[in-house]
Amino acid sequence: MSRQHIISVLLENEAGALSRVAGLFSARAYNIESLTVAPTLDPSLSRLTLVTVGSEETIEQIKKQLNKLVDVVKLIDLSESFSLERELALVKVKKSASMVQKIDDLGSDTLARITDETDDYLIIELSGENAWLDDFLQTLGEEVVEVVRSGVIGLSRGERALTI
Amino acid sequence: MELSGGEIVIQSLKDEGVEYVFGYPGGCVLHIYDAIFQQDDVKHVLVRHEQGATHAADGYARSSGKPGVVLVTSGPGATNAVTGIATAYMDSIPMVVITGQVPRAVIGTDAFQEVDTVGITRPCVKHNFLVNDVTEIAETMKKAFYLATSGRPGPVVVDIPKDITDPNIKVPYHYPAKVSMRSYKPLVSGDIGQTIKAVKLIKESKRPVIYSGGGVVLGEASEELKQLCHSLNFPVTQTLMGLGAFPGTDPQFIGMLGMHGTYEANMAMHDSDLIIAIGARFDDRVTGKIADFCPHAKIIHIDVDPASISKTITVDVPIVGQVKPILLDMLAQIKSLGETFDQARIADWWRQIEQWRAVDCMAYDQDSGTIKPQYVIEQLYKVTKGEAFVTSDVGQHQMFAAQFYPFDKPRRWINSGGLGTMGFGLPAAMGVKFAHPEADVACVTGEGSIQMCLQELSTMLQYDTPVKIINLNNGYLGMVRQWQEFTYKSRYSHSYMEALPDFKKLAEAYGHVGMQITRKEDVEPALREAFAMKNRTVFMDFLTDPEENVYPMIEAGKAHNDMVMAPNSKYKRVLA
Repeated sequence: MSRQHIISVLLENEAGALSRVAGLFSARAYNIESLTVAPTLDPSLSRLTLVTVGSEETIEQIKKQLNKLVDVVKLIDLSESFSLERELALVKVKKSASMVQKIDDLGSDTLARITDETDDYLIIELSGENAWLDDFLQTLGEEVVEVVRSGVIGLSRGERALTI
Repeated sequence: MELSGGEIVIQSLKDEGVEYVFGYPGGCVLHIYDAIFQQDDVKHVLVRHEQGATHAADGYARSSGKPGVVLVTSGPGATNAVTGIATAYMDSIPMVVITGQVPRAVIGTDAFQEVDTVGITRPCVKHNFLVNDVTEIAETMKKAFYLATSGRPGPVVVDIPKDITDPNIKVPYHYPAKVSMRSYKPLVSGDIGQTIKAVKLIKESKRPVIYSGGGVVLGEASEELKQLCHSLNFPVTQTLMGLGAFPGTDPQFIGMLGMHGTYEANMAMHDSDLIIAIGARFDDRVTGKIADFCPHAKIIHIDVDPASISKTITVDVPIVGQVKPILLDMLAQIKSLGETFDQARIADWWRQIEQWRAVDCMAYDQDSGTIKPQYVIEQLYKVTKGEAFVTSDVGQHQMFAAQFYPFDKPRRWINSGGLGTMGFGLPAAMGVKFAHPEADVACVTGEGSIQMCLQELSTMLQYDTPVKIINLNNGYLGMVRQWQEFTYKSRYSHSYMEALPDFKKLAEAYGHVGMQITRKEDVEPALREAFAMKNRTVFMDFLTDPEENVYPMIEAGKAHNDMVMAPNSKYKRVLA
């Protein structure tokens, strides 16, 4: 059965390291739903988070093949334990009273706010689990002009951590 | 000691103990070539095409166990090397390939002879480097050799921009004795708990098969494999890459398995209750139809590469680590079982295997008036007393060589198993000769393959590396023709090669000895004559039966027990 997995990878922060990961996925016909990468507090390391979908066997192979890349220092599969998952989206919509109301209605429990406002347009900043983002973006319908999403990032909860 | 970048490249090779570099000069490696000129320790072999350099280095590596080294220029030098790099990658051959790159200042500007070598080679190397600074060359070279030769071996590319090899810029030189990389820690010993589990299965099995592969050769574990096989008295099959690790003439050897494996090996795999896979990777040419692979068997899998475990075939007891220490663990465990290890329980299994063996699946028409390719290989075996290093190209001749030349020692059988690279055989034979100057080296090839790297005949004259070329010339791209006969109703689309050269004259034009053999009775005397010419390369053009096929054959996507047998066999097609 295919399932979505979030895999976090500590990668040597070297030129070409990202292309090795991306190349592996295309060469072996693995799926990438999203991929995000940035340096860590240790500037010699990048942290890459990717979302992929596959059977247990495929995910196992993906992890092994990633580990085999010489630039990969360590990885964890966040889907194997309790973890926190977030994705940021910026959404440009046509300005309307109903839109402002809609954001207000989401209430303070939700990480959604109007970040920028011009005469005719709003930029809404949203952060949450990607499934929630999917659902919410659907509700905006025709009003949406442009959407940008960061790709999923995540951390495991409690003691478990991806460090060297 | 202060050295320029070019000198550092060569000094690193010296410190690494490299004897030969196979290469071809060009603009971006001129500084390095100037450093080569000024020393005698590292010998350079000037090939005629960069593909030849990679295959020669590969043949050197496969036959000696030492890493092969290649030096080529940027752009076309690097792209010509790619086929040889991919060949080495697929068969896990340790190789370090140094490529020149355009000066750093013009990288990315589509400069003359610029290609993104790191990008182009990325999917077919174990790792690659673009060196950014002259001070990083020595350490990068050390890392390259460490990566190429440790864990699961493979080719490593070191791309060096021309400006950092400038003879006017000198920096202190230090070649590290060891490098450590936090992101690369290859496993050595296996988990003993897994080995104990494996031995339990071994003890209980009634229809075991040892399936051994190229990893045993690469892991120098031939002795341990022999001990294990002999102590268990289990039947042994080997992959194309594994041949020679266990002696081909040993009665326990039931032949190669897979697409052109023996009837007994494939039937044994199909009926087995325990497969012990050692340094083998369940390649599709071995497994046939995945869903019907060894349907009754538990599988033990020893491999140095965790990613090989359960990649195509799910295994029951994986043991990850180097083959040699794991086999030693296994032998110790088996020894501790002592008398409780009962041979009688596999007696029926051996009886069954002997029945399969009696089918004589590789029998061919001995009365044919034509020269049968199998006959040539049998005579080659006889004349060389089974002691030659045999390289091959790719196609029917490769399978005939694998089937009819039993290898008793590892590293004697040199062929492109994974990538299936035509053109491999001749430069590889030259590389073998550099590693083993006194040995008999035969290149078994066909009129198709030989023309893909023929230019190296010139290199072989220059460096005096006498090889015997066994050209099984049937006028067809034989394996293509065979598939077309079987699956395209004999529509021989472009598998017939017209206007072949006169190979005898061609060999002579290159300064070698040429022979053409057209009659069966001349095969053996001609081989004796050729091998008696110790110091000459002899091109032996055997005109063989144009329509002979390789049997048995498991057609693509079929199971082990579904073999096409030779037409005169009493076992036409076998389906259990």
